[in-house]
Amino acid sequence: MNRVPPLSAARAALVRCHACHLLSRMQAPPPGGRVLCPRCGAALHQRKPDSLARAWALTLTACILYIPANTLPIMTVVSMGYGEPSTILSGVQTLIVAGMWPLALVVFIASVAVPVLKLLALIYLLVSVRRKSRWRPRDRTVLYRITESVGRWSMVDVFMIAILAALVKLGSIATIEPGAGALAFAAVVVFTMLAAMSFDPRLIWDAMENPDER
Amino acid sequence: MACQDCDLLCRKRPLRVGEKARCARCGALLYARKPNSIERTLTLALSALILFVLANAYPLLDFRFQGQTLEISVISGVWELYAREMWVLAAVVFVVSILAPLLKILALLYVLLPLWLDRQPWRMARVFRWIETLHPWAMTEVYLLGVLVAYVKLSDIATIVPGVALYAFAMLIVAMAATDATLEPETIWECLETQR
Repeated sequence: MNRVPPLSAARAALVRCHACHLLSRMQAPPPGGRVLCPRCGAALHQRKPDSLARAWALTLTACILYIPANTLPIMTVVSMGYGEPSTILSGVQTLIVAGMWPLALVVFIASVAVPVLKLLALIYLLVSVRRKSRWRPRDRTVLYRITESVGRWSMVDVFMIAILAALVKLGSIATIEPGAGALAFAAVVVFTMLAAMSFDPRLIWDAMENPDER
Repeated sequence: MACQDCDLLCRKRPLRVGEKARCARCGALLYARKPNSIERTLTLALSALILFVLANAYPLLDFRFQGQTLEISVISGVWELYAREMWVLAAVVFVVSILAPLLKILALLYVLLPLWLDRQPWRMARVFRWIETLHPWAMTEVYLLGVLVAYVKLSDIATIVPGVALYAFAMLIVAMAATDATLEPETIWECLETQR
């Protein structure tokens, strides 16, 4: 197996259906139309369309939103008429001060470490594909898979706020007002998920197969 | 067949039950042969549906404070966000905690029940594609972690009694993870091919 040079479906003039995985022969699309998969009827693309442009746009949007997500309060706890805004980082800090170490760690990983690492991983993957890097493609593919699967866990804080917000009916004692930071933070998670979905990991491997076109 | 992550052409060969095929170049899981995939996934999806109903019909947490009792459920959290004009946030939470998991379970049942009876569901390809699209947005397990974080945070202030829905929710996560583990998309797509 290894002595034969690796052959990708694209070089063999085959296209893989992104939905049902059937391989079919590549065809030129009719003017203004799309080629459909003969088995399941999904639109066929050699690679995800405009993968890099879309992934860049979504990643940069997420980067910009990351600023209000961390500076604006995600919620304000109002008790006895005194309001105390709390951001993502101050929420972690409160947990540490209260001695809830395991919980602080969970929230820190989900709300701070994962979004930052995810944005960095996406930027790195996009830059490395743009530069047609040939460095450790297999590890970069694994990085992509982790990036794609781990992002959802950042929603923990948003869900926590949704639960706390339901306590509004205890009005006289304390109310919890969700803040604009929560919205920005949810948007960061959604946009990074969309960015990871629009990135096509096969682009990492395309650079491996065309050494002349560097 | 071609690898979904690196586009390498691989020759498909029949597997024994329990075997998995991985891409020789990038290590991606290509396909696997799982025992009684359709029957098992169908059973698990049915249990998931029942658990989903329980998880949403009953309160997650009973919050007791100075003689007052407040029941928090999945939908009441969404509703309070909506009532405070944070409707985008309410919509996001609603979609990923209620709508996407429900649609995913229903779509699975819609595809698998007729296949189990040797029939081809109408528009099967389209519905089955939705399952893959919905998959990343069904964040049941993340939601439960959010509930637990809220639970620990609040347990200092008041007495909180976990409700029926919390247990149903935990079981739902197990059931949904198990459907993902037993479902073999390759087999389903091959059903489409033979029945055309």
